[in-house]
Formats: sequence, structure tokens, C-alpha cells
Amino acid sequence: MPAVYINGSKVEAKDGATILQAALDAGIYIPHLCHHPDLEPAGICRLCLVEVEGRGIVASCQAQVEDGMAVWTETPMVQKARQISLELLLTNHLGDCLSCPKDNECKLQEVASYIGINEERFKQLRMLAPQFPLDESNPFFLRDPNRCVLCGICVRTCDEIQGIGAINYAFRGFATTIATFGNKPIVESNCESCGECVVRCPTGALVPKNYRKPAKEVKSICPYCGVGCSIYLGVRGNEVVFVRGDKDSPVNEGQLCVKGRFGFGFINSPERLRKPLVKRNGEFVEVTWDEALDLVASKFSQYKGDQFAAVASARCTNEENYLVQKFARAVMQTNNVDNCARLCHAPTVAGLNIAYGTGGGTNPISDIDGASCIFVIGSNTTVAHPVVGTRIRRAARRGATLIVADPRRIELFNHAHVCLQQRPGSDVALLMGMARVIYEQGLHDEEFIRERCENFEAFVESLEQFELDFVEEVTNVPKEKIIQAATLYATRKPSLIIYSLGITEHSHGAENVLALANLAMLTGNVGKPSAGVMPLRGQNNVQGACDMGCIPASFPGYQPVKDGAVRRKFEKAWGCRLSEKPGLTLVEMFQEALKGNVRAFYIVGMDLAYSMPNARMVWEALERAEFVVVQEILMTGTAKFAHVILPGASFAEKDGTFTNLERRVQLIRKAIEPIGDARPDWWITCEIAKRMGATGFDYSHPSEVMDEIARLTPSFAGMSFARLEGAGIQWPCTSPDHPGTPILHIEAFNTPTGKGHFSPLQYKPPAEMPDDEYPLILTTGRSLYHFHLSMTRRVEGLLALHPEERIWLNPKDASKLGIADGDKVKVISRRGEVFTRAKVTEDVAPGTAFMTFHFYETPTNILVNEALCPIAKTPEFKVTAIRVERA
Amino acid sequence: MAFKGKVLICQGTSGVSGGAHIVSEALKQKLHESGLSDRYEIKRVGDRGLFRDVLIDIISPNGYRWTYERVSVEDVDEIVESHLIRGEPVKRLLAGDDYRMFFEGQLRWVLKNCGEIDPEDIEDYISVGGYEALRKALHEMTPEDVINEIAASGLRGRGGAGFPTGVKWRICRGYEAPTRYVICNADEGDPGAFMDRSVLEGDPHSVIEGLIIAGYAIGASKGFIYCRAEYPLAIRRLKIALQQARDKGFIGKDILGSGFSFDIVLKEGAGAFVCGEETALIASIEGRRGMPRARPPFPAEKGLWGMPTVINNVETLANVPRIIVNGAGWFSSVGTDGSKGTKVFALAGKVKNTGLVEVPMGVTLRQLVFGPGGGMARKGYAFKAVQIGGPSGGCLPEELLDTPIDYESLTQAGAIMGSGGLIVLDEGTCMVDVAKFFLSFTVAESCGKCIPCRVGLVRLYEVLDRITKGEGVEGDIEFLELLGSAIRETALCGLGKTAPNPVLTTVRYFRGEYEAHIKDRRCPAGVCVPLLRFEVDEGKCIKCGRCARVCPVGAIAWERGSFPIIDRSKCIKCRACIIECPEHAIN
Ligand SMILES: Cc1cc2nc3c(=O)[nH]c(=O)nc-3n(C[C@H](O)[C@H](O)[C@H](O)COP(=O)(O)O)c2cc1C
Ligand code: SF4
Ligand code: SF4
Ligand code: SF4
Ligand code: FES
Repeated sequence: MPAVYINGSKVEAKDGATILQAALDAGIYIPHLCHHPDLEPAGICRLCLVEVEGRGIVASCQAQVEDGMAVWTETPMVQKARQISLELLLTNHLGDCLSCPKDNECKLQEVASYIGINEERFKQLRMLAPQFPLDESNPFFLRDPNRCVLCGICVRTCDEIQGIGAINYAFRGFATTIATFGNKPIVESNCESCGECVVRCPTGALVPKNYRKPAKEVKSICPYCGVGCSIYLGVRGNEVVFVRGDKDSPVNEGQLCVKGRFGFGFINSPERLRKPLVKRNGEFVEVTWDEALDLVASKFSQYKGDQFAAVASARCTNEENYLVQKFARAVMQTNNVDNCARLCHAPTVAGLNIAYGTGGGTNPISDIDGASCIFVIGSNTTVAHPVVGTRIRRAARRGATLIVADPRRIELFNHAHVCLQQRPGSDVALLMGMARVIYEQGLHDEEFIRERCENFEAFVESLEQFELDFVEEVTNVPKEKIIQAATLYATRKPSLIIYSLGITEHSHGAENVLALANLAMLTGNVGKPSAGVMPLRGQNNVQGACDMGCIPASFPGYQPVKDGAVRRKFEKAWGCRLSEKPGLTLVEMFQEALKGNVRAFYIVGMDLAYSMPNARMVWEALERAEFVVVQEILMTGTAKFAHVILPGASFAEKDGTFTNLERRVQLIRKAIEPIGDARPDWWITCEIAKRMGATGFDYSHPSEVMDEIARLTPSFAGMSFARLEGAGIQWPCTSPDHPGTPILHIEAFNTPTGKGHFSPLQYKPPAEMPDDEYPLILTTGRSLYHFHLSMTRRVEGLLALHPEERIWLNPKDASKLGIADGDKVKVISRRGEVFTRAKVTEDVAPGTAFMTFHFYETPTNILVNEALCPIAKTPEFKVTAIRVERA
Repeated sequence: MAFKGKVLICQGTSGVSGGAHIVSEALKQKLHESGLSDRYEIKRVGDRGLFRDVLIDIISPNGYRWTYERVSVEDVDEIVESHLIRGEPVKRLLAGDDYRMFFEGQLRWVLKNCGEIDPEDIEDYISVGGYEALRKALHEMTPEDVINEIAASGLRGRGGAGFPTGVKWRICRGYEAPTRYVICNADEGDPGAFMDRSVLEGDPHSVIEGLIIAGYAIGASKGFIYCRAEYPLAIRRLKIALQQARDKGFIGKDILGSGFSFDIVLKEGAGAFVCGEETALIASIEGRRGMPRARPPFPAEKGLWGMPTVINNVETLANVPRIIVNGAGWFSSVGTDGSKGTKVFALAGKVKNTGLVEVPMGVTLRQLVFGPGGGMARKGYAFKAVQIGGPSGGCLPEELLDTPIDYESLTQAGAIMGSGGLIVLDEGTCMVDVAKFFLSFTVAESCGKCIPCRVGLVRLYEVLDRITKGEGVEGDIEFLELLGSAIRETALCGLGKTAPNPVLTTVRYFRGEYEAHIKDRRCPAGVCVPLLRFEVDEGKCIKCGRCARVCPVGAIAWERGSFPIIDRSKCIKCRACIIECPEHAIN
């Protein structure tokens, strides 16, 4: 540790620290404006000047400390130089601080009041430049060039943190400004509206629109995707008015995406459900809680057993999910409980369980930073999991090798070393082809395979089928690229695989996952830092919903319902008999409902009528069901089918925990009172149970639920709300002094034999292939600006950034069909048709098309095939044969 | 076979724009028609640095040489018929005394081949000893030997800062890294400077050879030549030269069987002055906006894509093969204690001979201006100052004319060697106006990154502007000094740090002239139009009436034998009379 003398006193500095850091750490203020701790030093403002003995004046934000260095921060020479820099800076700065939104929080004010100006000289220097027009194009923030000090923090943020470079310096000399490419309004640039630049701008040049200063802040977790960014909710009265990222979180290190930062408007939306509603003569009427709950309790009492099905919510807390499955199993006496993971990552749970013995991602998000090679497949990460996406971009920028495979030319292609544009549904062929290259070139990790794995021979045999010519034919990826990708993945260790629904949402999704698991074992990339496989879970608590046993075959912690010992443990704890028959999975529930076998539904926080495949089938099933209870925060497409709607509290209105995609259990905290008459979901479920005469539902706080979970679930045994303060804990956490498990399978796999299990695989085409009648393959996905349907459409700005559905078509296909960009089209599949407009783009390959499912007006899922993966029962969202016509 | 005679035609940018191609074609035609094609060969060579285009040399088969200047197509027939056929050189076109004087005071090492060899033919370069240095370095010297030789020679960077080249190479080689790079800085952005261009156009292989040797010395895998996009001819010739060198095996894998592999990539500049600054140049090659960053770390430690990188100027590299062949001792025998070898200057302004001159380090400014420069150009206008070092150099007055040209002496005087711009100013020049002129360049070229340079220079400019308009106020001079030195101390890169030099040196050496503008509202040189009264000083006037003749609007009434009278209501302040007056009698 170098020691420096600052103003005569000795200061210990970190190795490689700059003088400014060393001084600030030691509590010595040096004025600075263009310095930001998250960013590389730039040396722009020249306000941090200090005098170093023997070197003269230097910019302290850039000069590194050297042992024995003598630094003076306030010599007359320094003061004069700083003062002149400041005066120059202020010469053309708009001086109306009182009407600036940053007043009092402005760093320019801070440095100016510290340094002071020489009035006489300043008068000579002062010269107001002409006023520049504001850029108000972004719905969430405002750019005011008149308040900009050209510190470049925004430019560096967008480049270094966000990895986009949407803005840069433009022009030269005095005319220099910050501009987008071509000096267009920022919404027309490649800006992702993440707002990272806005939070870092030291002045009023970049400010959130309609900013209201919060009166207090409450720490919580973002309610959108499975990354689980830690946030602070800024509260004013009973309103959430601001959100900022939590810098201390290892998950997001302060970063947020556009939805997390700006998409909080749904919380206090006037459209929130405020009263319980009961459908009478086809109309919803408001009732009291007592009326609603009594009705639900008495009705549910009539449907006990397997004629009842519960759908738990991946948006709700672990505690609430635990209670829903407890209610289904203990009170309703059925294992018919599932959650939306069935539509997304059930193949992950199934596949990784077969291969590694634990159905969760192996490594923490922060491991991306250390990976030498990152292989992203079937994940449009920068759109669906933006904060992980930017981490990948940063890693690539830092020099990590990035391989990206996706049927669409996604944004990450711009940062990748190798891009593979495989045909939808051909992943097993691609991955086994890569495995074959690795094996044939002798790049596999023999020792790891010998010591840690089993069934390798059978796997090798199955590689036989994957001749590269055949693979090229099936995947449409040139052989050379497959070889290149395989070689890089196998040699640039540690290599990390990141995947998402492009892998799982197939009629053979679990096999896709197994293929990835094989690849990682083959190269010894499991159980090590910055290696492994990282499934990107879709919703904020989809991991938790599964962990909590909201799946038909397992109790919490993946303890099988078939296992007698496990069952007896729960029977004893819950004081009831439990069914040993695994329940129905999500799609099956509705298929059975159509047949009249399932007659009552308890649907918590899931808009399944629009997010399930073959949506019409689901609508029919819901209509057919005799009693449907929907527990929701907003009126959804699904809620409209309900007989009773129970208004739940949003994440901002209750305590609890969410589990993110790296198995990290994190606390959310009540920031405001529930809106209207809404109630926390855990309270509602308990009330129903109690009114049905059940015991074991008397909790005064969710922490008591967590204590029960910990008692009954070995992998959660060490958890408690008290321990979860801070950054949370990654399960397994088996005892109160267990630190949690960031990386799985370090010593041994969790399979019965302790060995990683290789699976021989066969190529199987998707359930539906294009033919003359339906010649295009439709694949579906998300937009950056929306989540599912109901929440983000209540956020005006998000709707403005992405207002309506478009079907993406390759120009070749479009011209064949006589369709131009923006034309109205009809999209037809074997199951139905929807109307939308066309977006003609090279980003989809010829023969494929793409749509999101974010709009009630365009219910894309009507089209989608409900063909199920036989292992995980997940439907094939990613491959539907369609026909497109002009409308 | 008898020796062939040669006709050398200078075809650099200057020659070409003077019509060298047309002259060359006409000559070829004429030689053919006259049946002389097999006795004389026409050879394209680079420019020699003097604007006398089209410049051609005739070398007879037995080796005698005549130089013709300002040759046009119309002269071709006469030259061939008179000189080549009849043996009578065309006297009126032969280069005169100026030409001789221009070259006499020079020591042409770097420019040796410019105007002598065909820049588009590698064989011609090889025939004068080209690529011998590379052979020697690769076969007889270790990289350390090369570095030691360059260090011992005392060669310093010719791009401006004058950092010892051998030391730079040694530092770079000292950093462990997966690879290293070497860059030739051919961005030559100083207005008026064209020495690098002339070398690239006239002798590109010497730069390429120097670059390969540098690459070998530091252990680089790749070299880059970052060339100004405004130099199309240089770029074309570099492309040709690189291809030829590649074909010959001087670039590529396992060069000359030495095991050393090295490739060179040509990059076109982004068209900004600041891109010549090394860190901005690196950013530009990396595909980012060309903006400087603070050093350290210096490129030798963390340069292109984070790898240790040596950046050298064109002229620096062109010296390298010569040092390797002739030895460090040969090189260091010329120059002063701290500055060895020669330096090329782009001599411009009010001297008789303008152009490129290469002189030994240590000659005085006076020797340069009155030697190769040929003295002052305008009759009646005495020497006033030289601006040395380009737009961010300094203005030195008459008293400092005996300053020797070396890095330390110039810096001490407040100027810089810079890349070698040298502008001679005479009495007809207003020093405030000059400072303003140079500043206008740096104001426009500031990259806009750091505050002192982006805003401070504009403020300096505004003060100068108001002084030249007669609106200067008490305290302006002190303000210029204060702000100028603050910018010099606080700016981030060399551009900002040196941009105030013209202001600071003119204030230092010509303070009286500033005071005259501010206090007396007078421009002593008669340049600042708003301050001119357009009065005839009857003490000086010799009643010649030349002013009346040049006035474009007839505002001057003059009769033989009397003083002219200027009608100020008609005068448009064009200054024609002032410039015309042989006695400087009009103010
Ligand atoms: C504003 C600015 C412009 C520069 N332009 C050039 C240039 O055009 N050519 C050049 O060789 N060096 C230029 N330099 C100097 C380079 O930064 C660098 O010092 C030089 O290329 C190093 O080579 P040398 O050691 O061979 O001189 C410039 C420096 C500054 C500050
Ligand atoms: S907008 Fe803000 S962050 Fe960006 S350069 Fe201007 S002052 Fe700095
Ligand atoms: S909002 Fe995000 S993407 Fe847009 S300019 Fe700012 S940092 Fe870049
Ligand atoms: S001194 Fe001028 S050119 Fe250099 S970084 Fe600063 S603004 Fe840019
Ligand atoms: S904080 Fe160091 S120059 Fe701005």
C-alpha cells in the first residue's frame, strides 16, 4: 500500500488509486466534476488540480499515487488554476439555478461554492451562448444542452457501463456538444432509455421528467425480470415517485434497465384493482372482503381434490407461493399446482436436474465479469434481461470472447466475435455438432469427465449422428462457424453458457438444456468460477415459485411428492393427509378443464389467458370452468374470465422475498400502504384457508412463513428474514451459519451418484414444420420496453417507446408476399389468426418471423402451438408454422 | 550499351499541381518523335521542396546535370530541340542563383532521395542502398542492438516533442505484453507544414523501412501508418510501396528468413488536427472519436488496444535506416549537444525562397532565413519575427535571430521545434493580428474535451479580436498573460498546452505593439483595418503617387510634386495604398 502525504499528513492509499480517490477516501475534499467512481478517469473539467512536489500541477483524478508522493491540494497556484477553470466552465452556463431541477443536488453548484469565483475576472469572461433547444423526445428524461458542462460522464456511462455508445461528443472547439449519431433526437438513436446517464449527470442537463423528490427511500427488489436488481423505492406520501439502483448490490451494482428505473407507474396507477369484485349477471360488482372471501371459501369447499387447480404467481413472494401450494395440497388435497415456469424454464429445472442434480443456474451473475468466453444462446439478453445484457457487453468490451447463437440478428450480435444464426428448433443439432468438434479435436477435458461424470460413452456414441454436413443442413449455420465457436468455447476457459427461453420453449426443451449441460461437462466448465450454465429466468420470482413447490410433483425445495418420507414430514408439519399423485402441469390443467375434469381454478397473479399457447383453447377452458378466482393487482385479460377477483398488493406494498435467477433470495419491503382496499396475497390465501376451517394459516408476518419454509426445506434451512438483510443468500443454505452457495457442484454433483450425467441426444425437428400452407416459422419473444402485458402498458412512457405489435419479416419474404414496412397484415396459424402491422427487417432470417406477446390487441399466443416437451411439459412458443397475408 | 541520359521530373503534390504530368507526357511524345527515346529515359521523382514547378533535371549520358525550373508544356519542344539535339541548354529556363542558394546551406539526409529516385519503384530505392538497413538489422543485430544504436545516435522525435527515440523504444520493449504495435504518425496537421508529405511522396520506402526496423526493435507484430486523408498522392504511393515491399518479402511472415514477422496497415486520418496527437490518434485507429486522453500511461506502456505501442513521426522513422547503415557516430557527428542530426523545416512567409529546407541542428535562425531562405522577399520591409513550431509555436523577434535551432534553445525562447513550421514575418505584419490568426486555428481545432482549451482559447481569441478592432481596454494584456499561462498549465493535451504560445510570445516580445493598439488605438504595422486612419505621413512621403495609382476606388487625389490626399468618404479601407507605399508613409 503506497503512502502519500497530502497537505503534509500521511495517507495510506490503495494500490493503483488515483490521488483523488486516495484523498476522498481519507476524507480530504478535492473539488471534481468529471470524475465518477464507476467510470474511467477522463481529465476533462480540470477542477481537481493539485500540486505534486517535483511534478507541478496535475489532474488528481488521473494521476496515480506513488509511494512517498507529496501532494498539496490548496496552494495559491492550484487555487488560481482551478478558479480559472471553473470560471471558464461557468462562462456560458445557464445561471438560473433556482428553476433547475438539479438545484441543491448539482455538483457544479457544489464545486463552485467550494472554489469560488473572482467576480471581476468572471465579469470579463462571462458570455452567454445562444440558447439551444431541449431534447424532450425521450418520455422519461430531458436533455438540456444549456446546462451541460461537457463533463462526458453520460458519454462514458453509455459506453463503459451500458456498452452502447448512443451518445458522444460532436463537433469541435467551442461548438462541441453531446449528441446522438447524426445529432437526432435521442429516441431516434440506439439509446435504450436505461437512464444510467441521467442518474450520473452532475448537472441539470439530464434529468428525469416530472421528477419529484422522494421523502424517504425503501430498499426492495425490481418487480420485472429474473435478474432481481436491488433497488430503492423513493416514496412520497403513499406514492412511489422514483426508483434508483442499489450500488451495493452484487447483482446489479446500481444499474437498472428502462423498466426497472422508469416502469414503476403501475404501482399507483388509477387502474389498480381497489375492491374485491364478484361477477353478477356478467358484470363485476364491488363487494366487501368478507363477502368475497366467504363466497370463495364456500365455493372452493365444493371442489376439493383433483377437480381443483391452483396457478401460483411468479410475481409474488416466496412466502406467498409457499402458502398457495400449501393451500392446494393441505386444504384442497391436490397436487394440481403449477406456475408460469411451466411456460418457460421447466425444461431447465428438469434438464439440469437430470444432468447435475439441481435444477438451478450454476453460477452467480457477477461471474460474467471473469469469464474468458461467454456463449449466449437463445437469449436476447440485452432486451429480456437488460442488466445481465449490459454485463455481457461490458465483458466483451473488456476482451472476453463472445459467441452468440440466435435465429434473429439480436443486438448482442454487434458485440460478438462469432454469430450463429441457427434455424429455430435446431439447437440440439447445433450443440451436439459443437460437442462433436470438441471431442474430435481432443479439446474435451478428459480428467474432469473421468473423475466427475458418468455415461460419457453413450453420449459419445450419440455424437455419431451429428456429422457437420448434416448439422449445417439442419441448422443453416456454416460448418466453419460451428468449428470456430466450438473451438473458442472449448479453449478460452473459463467459459460460461448463458441461455434463456430460446432454448427451453420447445417441444424438446429439456433436451436442449441437456445438450448445454453436456457441453459444459465435456469441457470441464462446471463447478468453477465464471464457468457453468446460467439460465436466465423470466420473471422476478419464477425461480422462487418453483423452489417453493408450486410445481405438481414437488414440495418446497424440490422434495418429491412421491417420496414417502418427505410426504410424512409435511403431513406431520401441516397436520393433514397429502396426496402422493403428482398433479397436472399448467397446460394439462386447461386441457383437462376442457374435458370437464378440472372445474375450479385459483389463479394468482398470472395473465395466462394471453401468455399461454393456443390462447383460444385456454379461453374456452376458462369459460367452461365452474368457478374461477383470480387474484390480481390490475384488470387483466385473465381476470375478465373470473367469477371473483381479489385485489392483491403489489410488491411495493408488502414484505417478503424474491429469488432471482442465480438462486439469490432477497428481501422486498413494504414501502407504501396497499392501494385502496387491496391486501397482500399471503393474507388473502390465508383468509380463504381459514374460512374453510383449515389450521396452520395463522401468520402475523411473512417472516413467520419463511421460518416454516426453513424448517421444512433442507436447502433453505439456514434462511430467515434477519439473515437476508443486505444482499440476500443463494440457496442451498443448509444451516444458520451456512453462507449460501454462489457456485454449485464444486466438489460433486447433486445427482444420486454425485456424478454429472451425460445424456445421449438425438436431433428432433420441431413439432410443427413449415409447409406449403404455412410456409414461415414464427418465433416469439419480448421487447425491451414491455414485460408481459398488464404492468408495462400502465406506464405511459413505455407504451410510447413501444406502442404496438409488429411482425418482423425478412425483406425477401416480405417482397414475395407483396408486403411493405408498416403494412397491415393477417397472421394465420393452424390455431387462429391475428392482425398486426409488418416490420420489414434483415434482423430475421428468410423464412422466419418474429412477434412479441405484449398486446391484448394482438394476442399473438392465439397462434402458438401447445405441443409440449414430453419431459418438462413446456409448450413450443418458439416454433409455429404460419402464413402471412396482406390485410 | 551506352549509358542512357535521364530526364527527372519532379512529381510530388506540388509538381503535379504545377502540371508535371502534362510536361512529362509532352516530353515523352517529343523524345519519341525526335528518335531520342532510347537515349533518354524519363524518370518520375518526388518534389525537392522548392516551389519552382515544373522542375526537371536533364542528366546527360555522361553524367552532366542541368536543372530547369518553371517549365511548362510550351517549353518542351525548345528544351528537346535546343538542349538534347543541339546541345545548347535553354538559358532562360535554367535554375538560377536562388535555386543554388536554397540548396547550398542545406544538409539533405532525410530528403536525400526526394527528387532523385522514383517513389513508385522499389528497385530504384534498392539501387541507392534501400533495405540494406533492414537486412543489417535483421541479420547482424539483435533488437537490443538496434535500440542501442538508435539511442546512441541521439535521434529525437521529429513530431514535435523531441523525445529520444531509442529511449522510447526501450521503454516500450520493457513492458511485457501479448503483443506490441508501432505506429507511423503521418497525420501532419500543422497548416503550412509538408515535410512529411514530401518524404512520403518522394521516398516512401525509407519510412516503411524505418517502421519495420522499429517493429523489429520493440518486438511488434504489426505496424500502422496513420496518414492524413488530405494526402491522396502520399496514400497512393504508400499503397504501391507497401505492396512492393510485401512482394519483395520485406513485410510479412519470416522477413528475409530472420524469423521476424511483421505486417503494416495503412489507415487514413479522420481529418482533424488533434488526431495527430498520439493518444487521439490511437483512439482514432481504434475506431473511436479522435480525442486525446491524459498521459501517463504513455502509449509505450498502454497504447493501441491497451498494448505497448511506439508512435513515431515520419521524419523520425526516415532517419532510422540511415542511422542503422551509417552508424550512430555518423549521425551524432552533426548537431548540438542535445540535438543531433538534421531537421527539415517548412520555410514560409516573407522570405525569397519558401519551401522545405533541411539543415543541421544547431544552425541559427539567421543562417536559415538568410541562407537557404535567401533573405527577405519584399523590398523595404525588414525582418520582424519568425514564428517557429507551427500554430502553437512561438514568435521570436530580431534579437533572438542568433538562437541556435535545437530543442532546448527554442523552448527556452518560448517557441518550440514543433514539427518544423517556420514562418518569416516582416515589418508589414501586425503581431497582435498574427497571434489572433494562429489562435483562430487552434480554437477551431480544439477537440472540445477539456475546459481550458475549449473555452479558454475562445476567450483569448475574443480579447485579441477586440484589441485589433481598437476596443482593447486597460488590463487586457495582463488578462491575456494570466489566461494564456493558465491554459498552458491546465490543458489536457499538447494542443491546449501550446496553443497560447503565439499569444504569450508576442506579448512577451512585442508588448509595445499591443500597448499601441490599446492605448493609442494605433496599429503600428498598418494591418488592423479598424485602427487605420489612412493618413499620409508627410514626413515620410516622397510624393511618388504610387498609392493613387493602386487605389481601386479612386479615393486618392495626387498631382505630380504634391502630397496625395485621401478622401475618406470614398476609401473602402482595402489597404492597397499602404501595401504599395515604398516608404510606409500611409497609416
Ligand atoms: C495537437 C497535436 C498534434 C500533433 N500532430 C502531430 C502530427 O501531425 N504528426 C506527428 O508526427 N506528431 C504530431 N504530434 C506529436 C505526437 O503526439 C507524438 O508526440 C509524435 O507523433 C511522436 O513521434 P516522435 O517521437 O517521432 O516525434 C502532435 C501533437 C499534438 C499535441
Ligand atoms: S449531459 Fe450531463 S453528464 Fe453529459 S456531458 Fe453534459 S453535464 Fe456531463
Ligand atoms: S439512457 Fe442509457 S442507453 Fe440512453 S444514452 Fe443514457 S446511458 Fe445510453
Ligand atoms: S487541450 Fe484541447 S485538444 Fe487537448 S484535450 Fe483539451 S480540448 Fe482537446
Ligand atoms: S475531476 Fe479531474 S479533471 Fe475533472
